[in-house]
Amino acid sequence: MSEEPQSFAFDEESEKKIAEILARYPEPKKASGTIPLLYVVQKQMGRQTGSAWVPRVAMDAIAERLEIAPIRVYEVATFYFMFNTKKMGRYHLQVCGTTPCMLRGSDDVLRACKDAGHVSGYGATSPDGLFTMSEVECLGACVNAPILQVDDDYYEDMDYDSTVKLIEALKRGERPTPGSVIGRQTSAPEGGPMVLTGEEG
Amino acid sequence: MAKVTVDGIEVEVPNGSSVLQACEAAGKEIPRFCYHERLSVAGNCRMCLVEVERAPKPVASCAYPVMDGMKVFTDTPVVRNARRGVMEFLLINHPLDCPICDQGGECDLQDQAVGYGNGISRFHEPKRAVKDKYVGPLVKTVMTRCIQCTRCVRFAAEVAGVPELGATNRGENMEIGTYVEKALTSELSGNLIDICPVGALTSRPYAFVARPWELTKTDSIDVLDATGTPIRIDTRGAEVLRIMPRQDDDVNEEWMGDRGRFSFDGLKRKRLDRPWVKRDGKLKPATWEEAMVAVAEGFKGRVGGIVGDTVDAEAILALKSLLAGMGSANMDCRQDGAAIDGANRAHYLFNATIAGIEEADALLIIGGNPRTEAPVINARIRKAYLAGLKVGFVGAKGLDLTYRYTHLGEDPAALATDFLAGAQKPVVILSREALTRPDAKALLAQAWALANPTPDWNGFSLLHHFGGQVGALDLGFLPGQGGLDLAGMMAPGAVDALWLLGADGFDASAIPAGTFVVYQGHHGDAGAARADVILPGAAYTEKEGTWVNTEGRVQRAYAAVQPPGEAKPDWRILRAAAAALDVTVPFDTLEQLRAAHPLFSAQGLVRAEPGAAPVAGPAGTAAFAASSRNYWQAEPIGRASPTMAECAKVYMGSTPLLAAE
Repeated sequence: MSEEPQSFAFDEESEKKIAEILARYPEPKKASGTIPLLYVVQKQMGRQTGSAWVPRVAMDAIAERLEIAPIRVYEVATFYFMFNTKKMGRYHLQVCGTTPCMLRGSDDVLRACKDAGHVSGYGATSPDGLFTMSEVECLGACVNAPILQVDDDYYEDMDYDSTVKLIEALKRGERPTPGSVIGRQTSAPEGGPMVLTGEEG
Repeated sequence: MAKVTVDGIEVEVPNGSSVLQACEAAGKEIPRFCYHERLSVAGNCRMCLVEVERAPKPVASCAYPVMDGMKVFTDTPVVRNARRGVMEFLLINHPLDCPICDQGGECDLQDQAVGYGNGISRFHEPKRAVKDKYVGPLVKTVMTRCIQCTRCVRFAAEVAGVPELGATNRGENMEIGTYVEKALTSELSGNLIDICPVGALTSRPYAFVARPWELTKTDSIDVLDATGTPIRIDTRGAEVLRIMPRQDDDVNEEWMGDRGRFSFDGLKRKRLDRPWVKRDGKLKPATWEEAMVAVAEGFKGRVGGIVGDTVDAEAILALKSLLAGMGSANMDCRQDGAAIDGANRAHYLFNATIAGIEEADALLIIGGNPRTEAPVINARIRKAYLAGLKVGFVGAKGLDLTYRYTHLGEDPAALATDFLAGAQKPVVILSREALTRPDAKALLAQAWALANPTPDWNGFSLLHHFGGQVGALDLGFLPGQGGLDLAGMMAPGAVDALWLLGADGFDASAIPAGTFVVYQGHHGDAGAARADVILPGAAYTEKEGTWVNTEGRVQRAYAAVQPPGEAKPDWRILRAAAAALDVTVPFDTLEQLRAAHPLFSAQGLVRAEPGAAPVAGPAGTAAFAASSRNYWQAEPIGRASPTMAECAKVYMGSTPLLAAE
């Protein structure tokens, strides 16, 4: 699945971003830019190839730019789950399976991803190359559990049906508005505010 | 200084020392895996836990700085329990394969498990297994055994200067490796085997060969480069099984180049193990008597001698006595034609000394490539560089010396530099390669002037290439009054007979036809191919001898094994030849031979007074050539070694010509 590209060059958009990032660090400490640059690469790959991942040649390009040994970039990239070192599907479905999400029905979300996205399991990519699913640890949005993270966006308060709907929309190339799918305002109570509504109670 | 009490013993250690160092000063043994005194502190194995008064929990002593008045306890129930716990965790994923592990018997984990571990494991779940990595032809990996101390990662990044090893992935999946499969591009990779505390990195040529307790250990000196690394030769029966460095802080610290460590399998191949005599244009096996008769018949008239690069001083002196006894002054030890006249010892020594590199405040390297000429010295330069030394380089462009340097230029014109201006202790390292140029005399004088030696500090340092070169110069194996040098002896009709003592480093085919050639040495290499009589000698592992390293350090080595077949130690052959030639030489025993020259009464570093500056010669403008030296196959033993051949293939891209030197 992971076809290594032969070469990698930062595009114009990335270059702009890199200049912005490196300006944050003093010159001798520019190795600090490793993680932000890995994100830049992953974004660029997503833009260019529809698969947001970090090929080895790109890590070499980062090492060269930051004047560090390539292995130091490999170490960071393989340490964090957020960097995909293998080729990915167009959409990265990240299912949270930690306790609050699990209690609130993440198993249904997982089942829906398998059914609608045709993904065989965690780490797998669907045959149409659209979806790669992975299991993630707590995404820190437990109040809106269960969560399905698609690339950078959180879809909250999911259940089986809404997950299927979301995946069908993604298949059509749409990007539904992230956030609660049941219309909650952030983590406010279901059905609207209950306190401080302005009426004396 | 800080006063620290360790188990009731009061010691004083410098401020900034670690608790572990204080414990060692108090004579307490602290178990450790990741800590290594020549590497940075990682503090990740947790084996060195000790209790410190008023600390809420046990502390990792390797990473915990001392404080005045600190009280440390290394043998309390808490400490013992903590170590048992750490050991249990380390052993969770460590396979129980000690019986088939090459580290067995000299394994830190094995020893410490016996000393500090529990008798049994409570872990019943499946152990993890890690795929083995390829890191080169010299280091065998069994990564399941790795306990992730990261010593190898730190060694590669800090000492060897090749940051190619790393820890990828994390937690249970963490693995040590290069990520991209490739051979570690270092001439010091063998040291990974020594620093690995478990059997994850072991010697590939030594795999499944022997157990450490079966081996006989002999102290010797690595003569395959000019560093003079003290070594320990491990043998079983008549076979050298491995070579390991000994520690000498003045020379190698504890590192060693790969050529010296791994080329010994060449000692079993292409050896001259019996005399050969040329009859009817063909070399035929002969007995010693026949060979000596042939020598007596052929080695007469105007004779000359050439000695090789790794010959022991005793043999050189014996040959010199023989030639002197025959009234000949035609001798030369400079096979490469280096312009060293030998008149002033300081002009051909590494006067700054290897340890002195760390005292230097500016260092200039002229020509060559210290990384392949003397990797251990190069590692010392890197160490000084990391401590702030500024390094300049005049020579070929684009060399990776494992440290950053200011490239001042490619030709001698770049020597007109103020790079060393203001330096109190400048060091100028002149490669011996530079002295083979036509403008050698000018370069020597310029390098000397740049170093500007004073009686207190002489930074002029000539970097030789092999262990026998300085010894031969010290013994004055150079053209005497009216004598011919190597080039002179190559002239047609200049000499009638030549004695090549281990001389394989020059173009033997240039010897004029009709010259009677005696080759005395241990390998059937370039010199033996041209010989009329071959006298089989002993290699450096097979004889007691004296070598002088590039600093002028006189070092003695002992015979680890017997020479193969009918081969004999070289000084004995020369003594027998003197008798056959009816020449009087002033020695019958090794002791008498050694008494004949003051060199042998010295041991250790023998410095030279700077004296007068060398006389300059005509200047040149040619750029310093990119060094084409094949590190792995630079001398006959390396050329005979299959291990070195594989290294050359892996690292140099293609199989190089045999006489790549």
